[in-house]
Amino acid sequence: MLDIAVAYRRYQFIGDEFLTWLWYTLEQDARLLTRIDPEIAALEIGNRMVFENRYRKDNEETVTIKGEEANMDEGLLALKKGAMVTEVNLVYRSGDQEWRFNLKGESLNLSSLRVPETGKIETREDIEGAVIEKTYLYDKIIKLINVLFQYFIKLRISNEWSTKTVPGIRKWILSS
Amino acid sequence: MGLLSPSVSITQYRVEGQLPSPVNEQVTAALQNNTINEIDNDASEQTMGWTSFDDPYRPDFEGSRFVIDTAWVFSLRIDKKSIPAKVLKKHYNMEVAKRLAESGRDYLSKAEKKQIKEHVLTVLNMRIPATPNVYDILWKYEEGLLWFFTNLKAANEALETLFTRSFKLRLVRLFPYTAGLQAGLSGPEQDALDQLKPTLFME
Repeated sequence: MLDIAVAYRRYQFIGDEFLTWLWYTLEQDARLLTRIDPEIAALEIGNRMVFENRYRKDNEETVTIKGEEANMDEGLLALKKGAMVTEVNLVYRSGDQEWRFNLKGESLNLSSLRVPETGKIETREDIEGAVIEKTYLYDKIIKLINVLFQYFIKLRISNEWSTKTVPGIRKWILSS
Repeated sequence: MGLLSPSVSITQYRVEGQLPSPVNEQVTAALQNNTINEIDNDASEQTMGWTSFDDPYRPDFEGSRFVIDTAWVFSLRIDKKSIPAKVLKKHYNMEVAKRLAESGRDYLSKAEKKQIKEHVLTVLNMRIPATPNVYDILWKYEEGLLWFFTNLKAANEALETLFTRSFKLRLVRLFPYTAGLQAGLSGPEQDALDQLKPTLFME
């Protein structure tokens, strides 16, 4: 296996492509997500997306779109200029429960993860129960992202990526 | 931001290798051998070590207190003293003036100045308390997974160093490439992953 630091830098584009594909799939092919895992269909883009153009030295720019009613046309315009999604805020809902979190492409790190409210901790004995409850809630999101990424990576190394997925994403970007 | 905070950050790791049996005793010993040491009233600038999740300022790993359900839950604590540059400058200049007056000279050599700076740092480090930073860890041993509740680069690097030293196991951070290797790929698929080049969606 490659040196970890080298592998991190060399393959950070995979994470950016993953998030770009995820946005496209959520917008254009939500049924695919249901086929990967019915639970993933409840995933939505949240209130923040970051776009970066890492590979075109003549056009390195970062565009951040924020707000609940964010205008995603600006995001599509960034893609048109060659940028990729490098960070996204996602929302997952199940019944009346809601999870919100940021996912960073290059590291797959989760940040600002908020899970449904759990019981109050009033005594030392409550801590163990709270850890178990929180772990279950974090696990739900981590498993969801891992399943999605595993599907993506198999797609990414298949012929389908260049013959079907990339033309589909290109068409979507140009249709905006 | 700890495991029980309203908003958390998580870095995922895979743990490679197995601990000798009985594992709970092994983990207890490894945590105890690498427990955080207090450096207040000490000349050290920085220290790191394991501490208890539920009581990070009084580490205690007796009785497998770190076992919760099927996971091991404990914390990494990094204590650091930061001396403001202006405080350091003031004390250094005072010490230089004192040394010049004592020696009757009007200059000090480079080596003497270096020695004074080290002396001042030692004295100040003895006087100021260290600032503790605590980062929680949840280790699912049976699944070979570990969650570290921060994305801070320096804290992640400290975790990787201390974990390997303490448990003699390899800790692999999960990012796109390493997570890809976890996706159950065949040999040829792993080769294809290694060969990937960036896609340009727009030519």
